[in-house]
This record gives sequence, C-alpha cells and structure tokens, in this order.
Amino acid sequence: MSRVYIFKRFERFWHWSQAALILLMLITGFEVHGSYAALGWQKAANLHTLAAWALITLWAFAIFWHFTTGEWKQYIPTSEKIVAVMRYYAFGIFDPNAHHPFRTTQLTKHNPLQRLAYLFVKLFINPLIWISGLLYLYYHDLGAYGIGNQGGVQLGAIALAHTLAAFLMLIFLIVHVYFATTGHTPLAHIKAMITGWEDLEQEAR
Amino acid sequence: MRRLLGLVAATVAAIILVASGQVSAAPVPAKLLKSTADHSKFKALDQEFASGPEVTKACLSCHTEAAKQIHQTQHWKWEFINPDTKQVLGKKHIVNNFCTSVKSNEAACNSCHIGYGWRDDKFDFTVEENVDCLVCHDATGKYKKPSGFAGLPVTKDTEFPPGSGKIVRGINLKEIAMKVGPSRRTTCGGCHFNGGGGDGVKHGDLDTSLEAPNKDLDVHMDTEGLNFTCATCHKTGGHQVPGSRYAPTAMDKNPAHIRGVADKSNPTTCQACHGQAPHKVAKLNDHTGKLACQTCHIPAFARGGQPTKMFWDWSTAGKLGPDGKPMVVKDDDGYDTYMTIKGDFKWAENVKPEYIWFNGTVNYTLFGDKIEKGDKPTAINNFEGSATDGKSMIWPIKLFRGKQQYDPVNKTLVITHLAGNDDTAFWKNLNWEKAVATGMSSENAKFSGKVDFIETYSMWPITHMVAPKEKAVGCVECHSSGGRLEKIDGIYIPGRGSDHAAWLEVGGWAVAALALLAVLGHGLGRFFAYKRNR
Repeated sequence: MSRVYIFKRFERFWHWSQAALILLMLITGFEVHGSYAALGWQKAANLHTLAAWALITLWAFAIFWHFTTGEWKQYIPTSEKIVAVMRYYAFGIFDPNAHHPFRTTQLTKHNPLQRLAYLFVKLFINPLIWISGLLYLYYHDLGAYGIGNQGGVQLGAIALAHTLAAFLMLIFLIVHVYFATTGHTPLAHIKAMITGWEDLEQEAR
Repeated sequence: MRRLLGLVAATVAAIILVASGQVSAAPVPAKLLKSTADHSKFKALDQEFASGPEVTKACLSCHTEAAKQIHQTQHWKWEFINPDTKQVLGKKHIVNNFCTSVKSNEAACNSCHIGYGWRDDKFDFTVEENVDCLVCHDATGKYKKPSGFAGLPVTKDTEFPPGSGKIVRGINLKEIAMKVGPSRRTTCGGCHFNGGGGDGVKHGDLDTSLEAPNKDLDVHMDTEGLNFTCATCHKTGGHQVPGSRYAPTAMDKNPAHIRGVADKSNPTTCQACHGQAPHKVAKLNDHTGKLACQTCHIPAFARGGQPTKMFWDWSTAGKLGPDGKPMVVKDDDGYDTYMTIKGDFKWAENVKPEYIWFNGTVNYTLFGDKIEKGDKPTAINNFEGSATDGKSMIWPIKLFRGKQQYDPVNKTLVITHLAGNDDTAFWKNLNWEKAVATGMSSENAKFSGKVDFIETYSMWPITHMVAPKEKAVGCVECHSSGGRLEKIDGIYIPGRGSDHAAWLEVGGWAVAALALLAVLGHGLGRFFAYKRNR
C-alpha cells in the first residue's frame, strides 16, 4: 500500500487546535446567545472571549503559513472532476466496486468539493465571525469611532450577523466531521489528519 | 528550695503585671476630641430649657448664621420647584399614596419637620428660633418629637391626646443640648428610615436596619468596615444636603471628585467617588453606558430584616372589629395587614426591584391635576426616560401600588384630614366625606362632596443598601429570557430570547438538524451497503 505525506506538522497543529477552539466557541457561544444554560453565562462569556483571542492568534499564524508556503493554492477552486466527485458521494460510495474519482497528492490534497467548502469557510464564514465578533466585543467603544449606536450600527445587527455565522459554522462542522469518515476506511482521513500520512486506496483489486 | 520557689513566683507575678498593663512606663494621655469645641463646657447650654426654641436661641448665640442657612433648605421649606418641569413639589404640596398629604395634618406629620410649631398655614418660616437644631445634631438618641405636637419636643409629662389617659414622657433638653455632635445615621434615620409612618414603610432601601448595618446589607455603612454615615455621601455645605430624589441625577458622566477641583456635579452619586471605570474587567465597565450602578449592585431592597410596604388600599378602611371598635389585623411576623383607620397593606422583604429607563425627570400628578379612573393606575409620580433620549440609564425602582381616595366628580386627588382630635379627622370618625371636606377647605379647593377610590402607583429610586461586589447581580440574571431586564426595551441584551430574529433561530437550528439527519442517513446507507456486499 502506498502512502503520501500530506499534512505537515504545523498544519495538523493548526487543524486540531482550531477544531477544539471552534467546538468550545460553539458551546459557549450558544450559551451566551441564550440557547441553553450549561457552564453558566459568566463562565461561558469569559471562555468565549478567551477562545476568540486564541483563535485569532492561531489564524494570524495560519494565514502567514498559508502564504509563505504557497499552501493557499490548495483552495483555488476547480471544476475539474467536480461533477464526478458529487456523483461519487451521491451514488458510488454505496457501491463496493466504485472508486473515488479524485487522487490525493501533496500538490492537490483536497478534492474539488473540499476546495469549495474550505474556500467558503475561509472567505465568508471566518471573516463574518471575526469581524462581527470583534464589533460585538468592542461595541461599547464603537461610538468613539462614529460607528456604534450613533452611527446606526446597532448591537442587534452585529449579533445577528455573528449568530448567522455561528449557525453556518455549526452546519459546516456537522458535514465536515461526517465527511472525515468517508475515506476508504472510516478512520483513514482522520488518521491522516493526526499522523500526516494518508494511505492511498489500492487501485482495482 | 522554698526561696527558689518564691523567686519563681515573684518573677511570674511581675510578668503578669507587665503583660496586663498594670505597670506602665508612661501615663496614658487623655483622649482628645476631634472637634475643637466641647459643648458640655458651654455656659449657654448649661441651663434648664423649657422648650425647643429656647435651645435654638442658645445654639444661635454662637452659630450665628446656622438658622439663616437652614431657612434656605428643602428640609426647612418642604418645597422644591423642579427647574426643568417647573412643577411645585415638596412635602408641603404633593399628594402621595401613603398617608396622602401633609396639608391639614401638620400637627402629626410635621414631627418630622426640622422646625418647631408648624401646625397650620400661620407658621412663620422666617423666625430663626423655629429651627430645630437638635433633631439632626442629637448625639444621645434621647431626642424625640412626638406626633401630634407640630414638631415640638415634649419637656414635661403630658397627657396626649387630652383625655386619653396616655402620657407622653417629657425629655431633658439640657442633657441633649450639652452633648450635640454631627449628624449620624440615627438622626437622619429618625425621619428618613420611618417615612410613610413607620419603619421601612416608604422607601424600601431605607429602614432602621441601616442604623448599624453589616457588610452584606451596606458595603459602605458597614459598622465593622467603612462605617459611613448618611452625610459621608450626602455631604453638606452650609447645611444644604445634596441628593434629593425630587430631581435625581440619573446619569453622571463626570469624573470622581478630587480635592481642590471645584466640582459642581452631584456629590452623592456613585461616580462622584468611583469615577467612570470602576471595574477591573473592561467588559463590566462597558455596562456603565446604559446601567445605573445601583442596577447590579443592589440586588434587592428591604434586605435588613425589616419589610417595606408594597401596597396600600385605603378603600377598605372603616371596618370595625367584633367589639365595634377600630381594629388592627397582623400577620405572623407582627406587621399590620389591616387597620380600620388605614385599610389593607402588603409588606415584603428582599424585594427584587423593577427596572426602568430613567433620565432624571420625574413628573408628578399634583393636587388639582385631572385624573381619570381607567384600566391603568394613575401615576402619583412617573420616572421619565427611554432607550433613545441619550439621557437615560436603566434604574432599579420600588413600585408602590395603592388605592386611594379621590373626587370622582371633579376628577382630582384630594387632601384628607386624617389626624386630629376633632370631629372631622378620619382617624377619629372614619367618615371620608367629612375628612376630605375639611382637608380640601384647608387648601380652599373645590370638593364635590363625593369620595371614591382610584388605583395609583408611585416610583421610588433604589440607591441605598449597596451590597458587596461578591453579592452583586450575576450576569445571567439579565442575560437570559425572563430575566430582571426582560421588560427593558430599545436595547439588544445578549442571551435574551425576545431580542432574537425568529427566522434565524428557526432556520438555523432547522438546517443544522437537517444536515445532521442527512449525514446520519448517508452513513446508515453506507453501513447497509457495506454489510450487503461483504
């Protein structure tokens, strides 16, 4: 069986710490939002703010890493094989004789659907969460910059954008976690994300 | 051996003596007064005083300007003209929903006036000897101004009311005068803790539990800690006491007061000492943009073990007991819940305040204003404010509800002659028409002759009984649905369900649930396909 090293050490660190932080922020965030009571509002709010700063720091490093290593190119969308990949997840995956139409290499570690999904996360969900979150956190000081209450930007509108982004992140997380189990064995992708090495599915038995 | 034992015993005895302070090197200096004057050494005070005004005369022989200062104060005039609304307020003028009015009841009510002899319209507000120095400066706790004597102390045992057989004991004014000092919690509290006719009745955040509070009850007045008196915050200058609730400071954006800086802002606000950013956590300081300090730092009022009156229904007054005499019904704790002369009451302890937007303007329904009996109770006073006027903060208040007498034909609040030893006083004869007729004639006001009852409410700012920070209101008590600030409109409160956009709540959870169902279904499909093809 051949294998390929696709997730480097920083990438894996970034992925898992980001996963933990996002999970923590979803749990605490929806408590702050009033969806349920779990940790207690004060603790939830404090943890949410703390995790937000940790995540922002992590993102700063990740963005730097993506650009210096050229890894950002992994997210350039492509239509090549996209229909075939969609067809595979809709039908082929239930057929033991069908194979994933996409082959992972170091230069193309994401299939065309992944590319689109991650690009949407990076270009839409993350900035929306980040910007609305910072505005939320510093709402009280916005007045001094002419935005805030007097500038017509109400806390309710900021909170709405932040909540919308949170729901999008939650939905992404559900689908993402499930797709992590769709390798040639249920744990193949997850193992790759931990060790960095992806076992390649053997061609035609 | 015996000699040795003797030596040991002598040494031990010497040590004990030294340790217990019986053998000391230097004599202990006599404790000096902080004040530069010891009033017990004043010749002018060393005489028998037959009346209050005689004491005042003696005080004024040294404190030459004191009475002139007092004459300028709200404490003296019982009158306050609101500079913004121009309403003529003060105890002299307003009708409230406790004992309703001072007018025509002066002899009883004015035992809380800082003067002597305000019995009726003829009281001379310009006479210096009419100022009562002792009521604020008594340090013995023995000074009393019994109800019914128009603010005069009683110096000789007196039967009151005449013919009742009840004796009011005379007090020794000389003893009190020779020990005067600065005002203390008990002197201010004598009236302010007993507003509305008894301990804790009126305010809710002021009662006799504040005479010697612990830290939990009041972090500033704690006798074991900071031990503030009322005047520590209500700091006087020339006998003017700042911090009246007739025109309160709802929003204070001034820095903390500093010695040497001429501060014109109200010295009784929290900010006057604590400034604008008192919390170590920045997010908490953000709250000061919309919340009065009191909103978080006074979690409940009437916390000192003394309940406050929350409701008073005058319309049920007049029912006689089985013996045909006026009766008093008490609850298990000994508080009146019904009195023939006053009607029904409700008391409460540890009361969570109500919260409103308040900009400092209070509008009163004054005697003579038209009122209408309807679905909503009439506001005796209404705190104005909104989320958008830029002057309002969220404030805790005590909302005192009641039902009181009014003139249903002329549609006005009425003045009722309650107290008095005469044929028309309600508390003596239980006849509303007669009592209101007398009350109204004292003001030369029109009265239709008919009395009905109307529901009213009054608002009282909650600002005393500040809890230690550990006992402040927790985040979740407002950041939740159905929390303390549920009824506050015009702002978004994180965690409050009514602020949420329904489409996003329903849509967000629905799509998330659908996504979960879809991936579970997909996974189940893979599982069965795998099983079938093995």
